[in-house]
Amino acid sequence: MTDNDFLLELRNVNQVYAAGARQFTAIKDFSLTLKEGDFSALLGPSGCGKSTLLRIITGLQPPTRGQVFYRGRPLQGVNPKATIVFQTFALFPWLTVQENVELALEARGLPPRLRLSRTLEILDRVGLDGFENAYPRELSGGMRQKVGFARAIAVEPELLCLDEPFSNLDVLSAETLRGELLELWTSGKLLTKAILMVTHNIEEAVSLADRIVVMEKEPGRLVMDLKVDLAHPRNRKDLEFEELVDRVYALLAGQTQSEQVELGTEPGQPGPTRRLPKIHISELPGLLEYLSRRTDHRHDIYALADDIKVNSDQLLNLIEAAELLGFATVAKGDINLTPLGATFAEASIIDRKEIFAARLRRLPMFRWLMNILRASEKNRQKWEVVQAALELEFHPEEAQRQLEIAVNWGRYAELLSYDDKSRVIYLEPGAGT
Amino acid sequence: MKHTPREFRLLFPLRPFTWGDGVVLLGVGVLVYIGVRLAMGAPELIKGPEISLSPRVLPYYLALSLGRMAAAYVLSILFSLIYGSLAARHQVAEKILLPLLDILQSVPILSFLPVVLLSLSAVLPQKLAVELSAIVLIFTSQAWNLTFAWYQSLTTIPLDLREASAIFQLNSWLRFKRLELPFAAISLIWNSMMSWAGGWFFLMAAEIFTAGNRDFRLQGLGSYLQVAANDGDLPAIAWGLAALVGTIVFLDQMVWRPLLAWGQRFKLGLAEEEIPPTSWFYSALRSSHLVSQIHKKVLKPLGAFLDSRFIKESAEGRVPLAASTAGRRYRYLIYFGGLVAVLLLLVEACQAVQLLLEVSLRDWGRILVGVLATLLRVVLALLIALAWTIPLGVAIGTSRRLAAWLQPLAQVAASIPATALFPVVLLVVLKLPGGLNLAAVLLMLMGTQWYLLFNVIAGASAIPQDLKYTASLLQLSRWRRWRALILPALFPYIITGAITAGGGAWNASIVAEYVQFGGETLFTVGVGSLIAQATAGGHYPLLLASTLGMILAVTTINRLLWRRLYRLAEEKYRLD
Repeated sequence: MTDNDFLLELRNVNQVYAAGARQFTAIKDFSLTLKEGDFSALLGPSGCGKSTLLRIITGLQPPTRGQVFYRGRPLQGVNPKATIVFQTFALFPWLTVQENVELALEARGLPPRLRLSRTLEILDRVGLDGFENAYPRELSGGMRQKVGFARAIAVEPELLCLDEPFSNLDVLSAETLRGELLELWTSGKLLTKAILMVTHNIEEAVSLADRIVVMEKEPGRLVMDLKVDLAHPRNRKDLEFEELVDRVYALLAGQTQSEQVELGTEPGQPGPTRRLPKIHISELPGLLEYLSRRTDHRHDIYALADDIKVNSDQLLNLIEAAELLGFATVAKGDINLTPLGATFAEASIIDRKEIFAARLRRLPMFRWLMNILRASEKNRQKWEVVQAALELEFHPEEAQRQLEIAVNWGRYAELLSYDDKSRVIYLEPGAGT
Repeated sequence: MKHTPREFRLLFPLRPFTWGDGVVLLGVGVLVYIGVRLAMGAPELIKGPEISLSPRVLPYYLALSLGRMAAAYVLSILFSLIYGSLAARHQVAEKILLPLLDILQSVPILSFLPVVLLSLSAVLPQKLAVELSAIVLIFTSQAWNLTFAWYQSLTTIPLDLREASAIFQLNSWLRFKRLELPFAAISLIWNSMMSWAGGWFFLMAAEIFTAGNRDFRLQGLGSYLQVAANDGDLPAIAWGLAALVGTIVFLDQMVWRPLLAWGQRFKLGLAEEEIPPTSWFYSALRSSHLVSQIHKKVLKPLGAFLDSRFIKESAEGRVPLAASTAGRRYRYLIYFGGLVAVLLLLVEACQAVQLLLEVSLRDWGRILVGVLATLLRVVLALLIALAWTIPLGVAIGTSRRLAAWLQPLAQVAASIPATALFPVVLLVVLKLPGGLNLAAVLLMLMGTQWYLLFNVIAGASAIPQDLKYTASLLQLSRWRRWRALILPALFPYIITGAITAGGGAWNASIVAEYVQFGGETLFTVGVGSLIAQATAGGHYPLLLASTLGMILAVTTINRLLWRRLYRLAEEKYRLD
């Protein structure tokens, strides 16, 4: 390989966490190359390890296995040619806007006078002049992130990494900032050679990037490398744009499989246990009702996201839950309400709980939980004990999350209950059978 | 309410017992033993300088006392920065340094005073020894919470700021100046205030300590007050107290409040606080021309000079990353040092045990009885304090009108170190039935009640308005309202206050249970009294045994009782 070809190369990067005797793979065999001039988006559901990947790429964290090359040389320590724009802005609250930007230059050893002039010039360029002496707390989220961008640009990085930079902003600020970023990038005024943006927002990725690298979770891996050949500015109502969004949704939402495959096995049994998606249970009826009001009980998933105003990550989780419970099926980027789902949508509150409970009992994970409780004395069991058992299947953090979801769903279905004081999960009296 | 008190926070988290604690306790025991062994060489007769009671010497005495406090404080800060950084950066060091810190802060420091005084005067010229003992003692009362605050700040810096520092390649100087110090600033200021308050308490006790023919004394405000009370010289007492209160109020207004107001800029939360601390003096300073000149002509160039020393200027500016091998070398050093320390520890521990074997069974019995008697006093003082602080604190905490004039009053009253008032109390109480026993409980009470009061006030004013409305809407009777709302809401605050207060009460026992007053030696049953008697009579095995007994008792109570209550408070009764 020659030095000129790639700015960055990842070769079979793996990230493995050890928890006790077990190991959990967060990122599996990930390979990627970035060229000069690339604006790439790393897209995937939350928990797929994309932020970890960004830290590996910038050298903040070494991978467990695999190699990172920068301009053909193995990366050691933090890459001085790369910077990050953080999701949480990561501004120093006790420094003014100007001092925040200057600090980055000070660390690079720029003499004071040069530092000042460069800072002022960059603040001017991103439209922050007049705010030099403001503290971050005086600024809105959008303005704070502008400071984040200014600080990153100030050190003239070759590789600019964006870690979900717009996800903590309100809709309008995010849109404004995206436009401004694009303007800076396409105008060629940046000395930056490539941008890598991590996001879970599908439309954001399609509207900004020239290339979309799609990841899946469990374990985090690359599933699709997609080129976006649309000219800027891109129109979201454009047919080609919609097609691309649809494609990515179709890929991430997957295809409803046979029930056996879909549900997986119980924890501890051979075969993968299907994880419960993290949703607010009260949102599920809302989604089903919305679908039932449509004439043919179906909808394009990407259009659905736009219609009901939830972000793509949240929507995908909701859809997964609906699929898992048999209320909806997914095929080719469309979601279809099942007859059961339609019945649920029209049922009364009490009936809904019964339908929900009946479906819940079919989930292997839930069946497993009920069996444990049934086998326990007085149908009750300590949270810690159940979690420890789950940890045979999941890493501790995930086990806790899964148990939280299961208990939450079980409470909604009135199948089981939980007492926070004694940390005991128990079967509701009527649910023993 | 002007300042929301931050009392509901322990300076230290309470940790469970671990094997590390065992090692550390052993180490502390050995330390005391070494002190006692040194002490055996202490001169039999020690006489301090004459203390003048003329008001004219007060400025001089005050300056001496302040000097001791300042010296100890500077030592504390230096110690904290080094110790805290070591504990935060090196995992191996952390395992030993943290339990050590935890034990050190929980032992009653005053119990060390006799040992420190005796051992230092055995090896140093007398004047220097007493001076150094005072500073060491004040240091031990100031350093631990500062160290822990620094350590905790270092370990709780948000991940995104740490990552930003790494990505933008801040070197250790810039990281210290721009990240670590600002992040820790508010906590360091608060803890400095606590440290100074504690320091006064110990300074007053450390400036004069009499046991038999050994009269350790220093010229200073504390000794002035004690001698004045001893002589029954009321005008001198008044002068001394006025000077002390004046100084404390002055420092509060001219140093601490301005610092707090200034420290607001280091708040991490991006939202503004409802009532940020303010200071008239700080506002005055900010608009002062002179101050801005000093800032421009002195501070800025100084900062620039430091920066130029620590940051390598270069156009490319690639800061080399810390090599990982350095860490590894350090680790071996720590392992080796640890090994040597453990070996030394064991040798010394054996000798300490030999000395302890000389203590007769009867004396062990006396120590046990003493510990129990002192414990009884501590409990009594706590109960009395609770009985009056809860009703009053709730009244102040829930009524703005009362708070407006009672809170400042309480703050001034609380600022007077109990040890300074003790001689005055003796003057009155010794004539009453109960005598020294009563006086000892009173001293403990004086030292402890304020912690409780301020915590109760903080707790009462933190009860959410909607809960109070709900209680009214439900028409709860007075008793039910206390049981359902007020007491549960206060619980965490009371526990936190009581832990701190209990520590103070044990400390007070050393100076309260054995006094030489008006030419007489008075003592009562208690472990504090035993320590003082052993010092007076030169019973070194007893001195070692009783000091260790007290340390052990307090640590055990902390771990077994307070830790549980505190956990309960944290988990069940939090209101947020």
